[in-house]
Amino acid sequence: MDFFNQDLTSLHSDLVAKKLSAAELTQATFANLKQTDAKIDSFLNLNEDEALAAAKALDAKGINADNVLAGIPVGVKDNIVTKNLTTTAASKMLENFVPVYNATVVDKMTQNDMIIVGKTNMDEFAMGGSTENSAFKVTKNPWDVSRVPGGSSGGSAAAVAAGIVPVAYGSDTGGSIRQPASFNGIVGMKPTYGRVSRWGLIAFGSSLDQIGPMTRTVKDNAAALNLIAGNDVHDGTSSEREVPDFTAGLTGDIKGMKIALPKEYMDDGIDPKVREVIKAAVKQFEDLGATVEEVSLPHSRYGVSAYYIIASSEASSNLQRFDGIRYGFRAKDVKNLEDVYVRSRSEGFGDEVKRRIMLGTFSLSAGYYDAYFHKAGQVRTMIINDFKKVFEDYDLIIGPTAPTPAFKIGDEISDPITMYMNDVLTIPVNLAGLPGMSIPAGFADGMPVGLQLIGNSFDESTLYKAGYAFEQATDFHQATPDLGGQH
Amino acid sequence: MNFETTIGLEVHVELKTNSKIFSPSPVQFGAESNANTNVIDWGYPGVLPTANKGVVEAGIKAATALHAEIEHETYFDRKNYFYPDNPKAYQITQHEKPIAHDGWIEIEVDGQKKKVGIEEMHIEEDAGKNTHENDYSYVDLNRQGTPLIEIVSKPEINSPAEAYAYCEALRQRIQFTGVSDVKMEEGSMRVDVNISIRPAGSDKFGVKTEMKNLNSFTYVKKSLEFEEQRQQRVLMSGGQVQQETRRFDEVSGQTILMRVKEGSDDYRYFPEPDVPAVSISDDWIKTVQKTIPEMPGSRRDRYVNEFGLTAYDAGVLTQTKEMSDFFDATVKEGADPKLTSNYLQGDVNAFLNENKVDLQDTKLTPTNLAGMIKMISDETISSKIAKKVFKAIMQGTEPVKWVNDKGLIQLSDPAKLQPIIDNVLDNNQQSIDDFKNGKDRAIGFLVGQIMKQTHGQANPKVVNKLLMTSLKAR
Repeated sequence: MDFFNQDLTSLHSDLVAKKLSAAELTQATFANLKQTDAKIDSFLNLNEDEALAAAKALDAKGINADNVLAGIPVGVKDNIVTKNLTTTAASKMLENFVPVYNATVVDKMTQNDMIIVGKTNMDEFAMGGSTENSAFKVTKNPWDVSRVPGGSSGGSAAAVAAGIVPVAYGSDTGGSIRQPASFNGIVGMKPTYGRVSRWGLIAFGSSLDQIGPMTRTVKDNAAALNLIAGNDVHDGTSSEREVPDFTAGLTGDIKGMKIALPKEYMDDGIDPKVREVIKAAVKQFEDLGATVEEVSLPHSRYGVSAYYIIASSEASSNLQRFDGIRYGFRAKDVKNLEDVYVRSRSEGFGDEVKRRIMLGTFSLSAGYYDAYFHKAGQVRTMIINDFKKVFEDYDLIIGPTAPTPAFKIGDEISDPITMYMNDVLTIPVNLAGLPGMSIPAGFADGMPVGLQLIGNSFDESTLYKAGYAFEQATDFHQATPDLGGQH
Repeated sequence: MNFETTIGLEVHVELKTNSKIFSPSPVQFGAESNANTNVIDWGYPGVLPTANKGVVEAGIKAATALHAEIEHETYFDRKNYFYPDNPKAYQITQHEKPIAHDGWIEIEVDGQKKKVGIEEMHIEEDAGKNTHENDYSYVDLNRQGTPLIEIVSKPEINSPAEAYAYCEALRQRIQFTGVSDVKMEEGSMRVDVNISIRPAGSDKFGVKTEMKNLNSFTYVKKSLEFEEQRQQRVLMSGGQVQQETRRFDEVSGQTILMRVKEGSDDYRYFPEPDVPAVSISDDWIKTVQKTIPEMPGSRRDRYVNEFGLTAYDAGVLTQTKEMSDFFDATVKEGADPKLTSNYLQGDVNAFLNENKVDLQDTKLTPTNLAGMIKMISDETISSKIAKKVFKAIMQGTEPVKWVNDKGLIQLSDPAKLQPIIDNVLDNNQQSIDDFKNGKDRAIGFLVGQIMKQTHGQANPKVVNKLLMTSLKAR
């Protein structure tokens, strides 16, 4: 039975109709995973025994016909803590770390009978755009295993694209869900800041981080966001706003929708082949009855600079708790307290993490704070205002998700600035706290290209509505990578 | 050369809340190590602080007691530093926008009143505790996350005596708001001091030295006195005061150099992104302020003006809120204010000292104290019997019934006393003779005899009067 590229609705009806049991689906998932993941290395830790036990228990209990996610195998990015399941954030610092509690999103998954398959690979502490910064393995892009899957949620993206799981959750601080979604030809949503609880997400940039779903279709994505959205008493920054049903309103009808295309998102810095894909997407939206007009986000060009100061500053503080005292890695043969700190952190963190800790520490230091951290905050306000102005007149902003398709493994890892520029189109969205989604929009030289949809604050619904209409009118989401063998 | 002294105080006060400031763990003194902790207190990966609203309300109360201006928008900052008792390696505190600023309290030294300014008051979380034993270091995170307020004085304190008075006044005012126990011995009040001296008339402050975590007001005063003298000696001998942290040695009464400060520490403060800014509306402030108990100054005025107590007595009664509340409650039950004041300062206070307990830990109630005092006032019991009644009410006994049951009611009825007096006189002719011969001592003996016969219950005033009349009649 080939269900590895079925969508949730079809898997769910098979489960409800008992054509397939949750246990069978789980067993098949692991069988496929072992074969497929040998080629792409998307998972760090598997949860096989627990997953099977949960699936069997669910079969005994019966699948809830109203819950499209019941019995569905799911991958969880390894910076989201899972009780009793090793959680490393792809860092040597947490190599053998087994949490004693669940992230709120993980509780929601298990309470709603999702089957957690395992923890997916990522850039260490979510710092990077290629998953090459993992301390343990380099995940490959299923469309071309010589290329990166993007990052930092590269493991989640590759696992979904390769058909290992229909849903995986990632986190996005500056593009870490959307850019790998773009590179892997899948749907990735970074919700509005505050839409999803961060309790249990190992913090990188606390004012920017959001957890979001990665799926093969827009509708699946909406269902997967329904599950995790909502206020949480454990997270003071989570919003108390009502959560709408994101799967409602997926009609395919977007006539009269007013869409903005920022000229800065189509300039010379963007690969011409990517621009061609986006131009075709613009035409598609117009054919669907939407209007698309050029606008300007004049301060978005400063986004990358502001972001690397703000995110790194917050990270430099957030990552101080990894000090070798209470948990995680501790250097051997230490002489005194300072030695514990210096050597544990020097040996436990990878190069990119250390680079950002130094960058952030510098930006917050007395004498530099005003010129860096404070100034970056002012830039952030200007970027927020740019978006506000556009949303006075438009329902939605579109543009490319990333300036290029997936690059070759090893090509950019030694050049941080080029690597950082990958996030130029996604970063402003995090700085403004807005929802952003990448959907498959075409191919450039055989590699997927994502279209980014940016919505007004807490208006994920419009993104899903527009994304669904686009998806129904195109067949890019139906393309699957050929990994040989089963896939 | 004449010097002027400038002293600054930073006082940390632990707020009395049920749970910690950013975690649901209980706040409790003396629990087993790490019993009152959870993942938040451990600084575990993925955890977030959840703000305890009660802490802001306590802050509003404390700020009000300090006559400080309350910010309508306040937020928290992170203060970054590594130490094992600081599990996140940052403390959540307030740096840029503290909850209150520009307050004052009144102090009194040698009858001279003075207002001392408060620079600012902020809310923060306490750290855990490190202990070292046999080559091992232990970390106890029970205290981690206990809510604190830090009160920073303006450089307007000019002598160690003023510093002492400031601590007293501060402790008293905070104690009356009920937001803290302010107990030095349990660490719920901790004092850091700094002091500098400068030639009289100079417009520039001298170099200051600081002493941290002094654990009694007396040590605050003594350490500052020593430091004031030491700095004078340094300057008079042509030297320069170094910016340094010193420790007060309680045994020798001297301050000892701990470390010289080179430059300032860089804590890389920045706004705490995990805790949203707090909006404090005027309505909220008003609602909270309505719940603040009457402050000691106002109570002192009331005691003097309404009850006719001396300023001294009013001062003693308002040392703690418990004592003052007890006094008010007892008077409200109908007890004479002066007698109540005397008992609280005398017998009750002696009992507390002797048993080393606080008033609220005894079985004494205002109702029972008032019951006894009313019996004294209306002469139902004698002051001698009152001693016995006092012992009983300290055990929680209801006094009126007890006095009745024990038959201890004072005999004031002349019709009952006269036969006893006549009987005593009949049996003591010698004393009557002595009295007639001008020996007044005889009266004492006769009263003693009457008291003996009445088991101490006779009303001495009535006995005296009747006895004199009877003697003169013989």
